[in-house]
Amino acid sequence: MMSKLQIETSTMEIPKVKSENRFLNFWRQFRKKKPALFSLYFVFLLLLTMVIGPHIVPYDPAEPNYNRLLEFPTLDHLFGTDEYGRDILSRIIVGARITLSVSVSAVLLGTVVGTVLGLVSGFFGKWVDKAIMRICDVLFAFPDLILAIGIVAILGPGVRNVIIAVAFFNIPSFARIVRGATLEVKEMLFVESARSVGASTTRIVWKHIFPETIPVIIVYFTMNVGTAILSAASLSFLGLGADPSSSDWGAMLSMSRDYIGSSFHLVFFPGLVIFLTVLAFNLLGDGLRDVLDPKTND
Amino acid sequence: MGNNVLIDIKDVKKHFPLSKSWFEEKQYVKAVDGISFSINQGETFGLVGESGCGKSTTGRLINGLIKSDTGEVIFNGKDLASLSEKQWKAYRKKMQMIFQDPYASLSPRMKVKDILMEPLTIHFPRMSKQEKIETVKNLLDKCGISEFHLNKYPHEFSGGQRQRISIARALILQPELIIADEAVSALDVSIQSQILNLMKNLQKEFNLTYLFISHDLSVVEHISDRVGVMYLGNLIEVASKQSIFKDPKHPYTKSLLASIPQPDPSVKRERISLKGEIPSPSNPPTGCKFHTRCPLAMDVCKEKVPIMQKLNENQQVACHLY
Repeated sequence: MMSKLQIETSTMEIPKVKSENRFLNFWRQFRKKKPALFSLYFVFLLLLTMVIGPHIVPYDPAEPNYNRLLEFPTLDHLFGTDEYGRDILSRIIVGARITLSVSVSAVLLGTVVGTVLGLVSGFFGKWVDKAIMRICDVLFAFPDLILAIGIVAILGPGVRNVIIAVAFFNIPSFARIVRGATLEVKEMLFVESARSVGASTTRIVWKHIFPETIPVIIVYFTMNVGTAILSAASLSFLGLGADPSSSDWGAMLSMSRDYIGSSFHLVFFPGLVIFLTVLAFNLLGDGLRDVLDPKTND
Repeated sequence: MGNNVLIDIKDVKKHFPLSKSWFEEKQYVKAVDGISFSINQGETFGLVGESGCGKSTTGRLINGLIKSDTGEVIFNGKDLASLSEKQWKAYRKKMQMIFQDPYASLSPRMKVKDILMEPLTIHFPRMSKQEKIETVKNLLDKCGISEFHLNKYPHEFSGGQRQRISIARALILQPELIIADEAVSALDVSIQSQILNLMKNLQKEFNLTYLFISHDLSVVEHISDRVGVMYLGNLIEVASKQSIFKDPKHPYTKSLLASIPQPDPSVKRERISLKGEIPSPSNPPTGCKFHTRCPLAMDVCKEKVPIMQKLNENQQVACHLY
């Protein structure tokens, strides 16, 4: 009976399994999350602004106009003008580039370092894990902003140091998240099967475990960009970040706080843009988490 | 089929520590408690037993995924325990594993061709990509997967197809020994027979030796030449397939065989049903470990550990009855 079966199977066409495109599948699910979808559009709009912003601004953002100081929003100046008569809308558009690039590169730096630490910590365990996690605990113990202020105080103010400071407090959260994912993945059978094939440790971590942690990393990357914008803006507001004369959103807030009583629009519009951007990144992160990493959703 | 011994396992033990506290007395799970057997070139050795009896641990010990505490694993005349990490790599090529769960044993984010090319990349770093692809295509074809599927991910395949891919991965380095750990247990019965037949054909073609670990006696009967029965970390009976299925000696083997469902309900047969649970491997019974459940237990069984003895040319048993 077995030999008959054999003949049948050898000639049998293997049933075709419907080929699914991973990205299409993801998109189909993501599309249903409306807040996340709108956030995605908003983030795209911001990215577009970053690229073409300086070419579409109605006024030169750095050009003072002493005839129109502190003007309320009008049709000429939709968001009004600041204390030097500069167009606030133009400044916000141009500021997108510096604000976003600071926070994105800070989180990127934090993600890379944190991911490597998390992978090493989770995979090797024992004292390596303990050492890395205790260091993370110490970093966690400081309130984010205090830590960042401390780092900037040591390194000195400036955009580059703000990036380092914000990256620094992103490290422990990524290290923890990636470590958790690594601990889970390393017990899986395909890791053992890779080892039985003779794969080296580096190969196992890089080719088999790391790809499994990517969805979690994407989710937390997005969410942390929101927080990083806020932190970078706070540092700028405190005068520790971007050059006050630049059109960084946080710096704009900082410069205009003296006029908060008389000309609310100086503070309102940069604040609003920061608020919307942070909200968009957070909602986008939430949506991505629902689709990519449903387990961690509480 | 030659009669040269390919792999010889001598008194291998593996005890996993149980309690981590410093103050408690150290306890061990005696997963494998001194087993010895050998497999000849070209034969299929079936290893059966209840869950938790140490069959899978035995497979992993031989493959080196777990290091044994004591004992020797002699492969082609070379003791594997004495090898350094680097020397191991050369032996990895010669023995490969097929795992139970084809859904979990293939990396979900790698394409089929990458999964299959990986062993080649590791062991033959100088092989060109074109050569690797050709080798992969050839072998996949032999395993019943068309090259059309090369760029797909594991989740796009059915269980049987994935197990074919696992088999192809195990074979790609042209090993001598394949350790199949419950290789068909996760599959439907109809797919099981396809995979078993595929394994048999590949065995003939590549002159493979199998260590076939399973709890499913009918599967073992179909594929094995010789069978070893394990109970709580020990081998209790080793015999040729004919002897063990026609004339089992150990009471445990008899009870196992009695548990195979028979298609014909009118056939009368001796029923031996075991009472009680399998004892904990961290605190196994004294003497013969099976005496707590054995219907034929005698006084001597509680005190003396039975030694494996040869009954005839192809049957060995560890029991005080013989």
